[in-house]
Amino acid sequence: MSVLAILEQRSGQWNRMSLETLAAAQQLATELGAAASAAVLGQGVEALANELASKQLEKVYAVEHELLKDYTPDAYCVALGQVIGRFHPDVLLFPHTYQVRDFLPKLATAHRLIAVSDVVAHRVDGGSVILVRQLFQGKVNADIRLTGDRPHFASLQAGAYRADQVVEGRSTVEVFHPSIEPAQIRTTPRELFRESQRAVDLGSAEIIVSVGRGIKEADNIALVQQLADALGGELAASRPICDAGWLPMERQVGSSGQTVAPKLYLAVGISGAIQHLVGMKGSRTIVAINKDAEAPIFEVADYGIVGDLFQVVPELIAEIKKAK
Amino acid sequence: MKIIVAIKQVPARDSQLRIASSGKWIEEADLSYEINEPDAYALEAALQLKEKHSGEVVALCAGPARAASTIKEALAKGADRAIHIEEEMGAFDPLFAAHLLAAAVKGESADLILTGLQSDDLGYGQTGVILAELLGMPHATIVMQVEKSDTGIRVKRELEDGWFQHVDMPLPALLTIQSGISKLRYATLMGIKKAKSKEVRRVTAESLGVSAGTSGISLERIYLPERTKHTQLFDGAPKEAAAKLVEKLKFEARVI
Repeated sequence: MSVLAILEQRSGQWNRMSLETLAAAQQLATELGAAASAAVLGQGVEALANELASKQLEKVYAVEHELLKDYTPDAYCVALGQVIGRFHPDVLLFPHTYQVRDFLPKLATAHRLIAVSDVVAHRVDGGSVILVRQLFQGKVNADIRLTGDRPHFASLQAGAYRADQVVEGRSTVEVFHPSIEPAQIRTTPRELFRESQRAVDLGSAEIIVSVGRGIKEADNIALVQQLADALGGELAASRPICDAGWLPMERQVGSSGQTVAPKLYLAVGISGAIQHLVGMKGSRTIVAINKDAEAPIFEVADYGIVGDLFQVVPELIAEIKKAK
Repeated sequence: MKIIVAIKQVPARDSQLRIASSGKWIEEADLSYEINEPDAYALEAALQLKEKHSGEVVALCAGPARAASTIKEALAKGADRAIHIEEEMGAFDPLFAAHLLAAAVKGESADLILTGLQSDDLGYGQTGVILAELLGMPHATIVMQVEKSDTGIRVKRELEDGWFQHVDMPLPALLTIQSGISKLRYATLMGIKKAKSKEVRRVTAESLGVSAGTSGISLERIYLPERTKHTQLFDGAPKEAAAKLVEKLKFEARVI
């Protein structure tokens, strides 16, 4: 058995989830009595691959090609297909990034297999691997056993494994040159861009009060602003609030917005879809106010009030003013 | 422009879920259902493209008989006709779902296939990309905007951390649409009336010649997650709960 971690980089910088995937690959390999290796794709990625030479890995593959410089699903799938054909990994682990979401289902389908996406945990049971993933926006878990044909493909949710658990050791770097033809690439990617300068740095705020769908109307956001003011905190929001234009995008917390870890994170009317949780679950103290006791936000909350935010928040503002 | 939109019916967002006795799926009785939210935005994007460039919008849905209500809603909003693959989908993996969809659209020769970026129930986020691969089409995921270009289309993709990217691609192509990119329309009275006479082609896995194959994974069980964190919940009257919370934040967590 062998486990291969496919790591993500852009312009020579690691995606921060890459090391989490590396740690997961090492753990799984140890449990299976197998070897873990890693691969990184791109142009001029040998230097990045060399950074991994000090990790406990059997091999580090630098998958080099000029047509891998700018990501396209076609070139990545051609290259990874050749990596699989040449090195025969049994399990391939990926970080569950937007890029992986774009090409992994295509790669697995080309092998007539299914990738298990957005995995939160694993265990080895009787020699086979069971992966845990979430259904219904995090309300239900599913255990999925890897059976039959190999290789197996899985992508790992941000934060499910810890980058600081990567085991140091030694490895050797091997450069692999896949053969990719320009005609195999059907899409033309353009330059990356950002739309707004960020005037608000939520990352440095000590207290964040965040508002979600439960607020119902734009006019009601003033109530949550008052709560933020009473606490001396910044106002933030989950995605639907920014999509609706009720607050600017720069105040969005979550996978498509900012990642924050304040001293206090107070979530008001936020159910806690995983895309939001990955952006705030590192906060020191988390408080949730929500009418649905089953909302996933309570899974990560230290303190919670199950109730109608329109009744709870005014009382909370009054109590905070008293306490200060 | 001929556009196919793949839509799914899922339990309403605020549903209280119970695990079925099989341990493999949820108890479906007593649930209310609605269109998967990202798919509603895919439908909206399709209708807007049709308004701009004319053509046809075909709604495509795999699901049991109850999914007919979601199909009717799509027709009322402006889809021209629909294909209903009548199957209990349950926890079937997206590879099987995509095989059904691929078989159902054979012969349609659409210019564009749109679907939501993921489903609110299974949440694999893969059906669209798999469908593209089965049909041999290029794809782009997490798309915010679609514009026609001289050679095909230019799409705006969302990346992480506030980054975006334009991608040029030829047609036919498949796009998965991000939620929240536009305002959803309501069905008009006239639309609801018209929907009644619109064509719905009904097929099944059997009539399409698709059977669930091996996919290298098997679902062992589903279950409600155990709380890993001990959450202190305060109930009672809002005033009391708020007072208790503030006391804890001040003296226990020491954050205010």
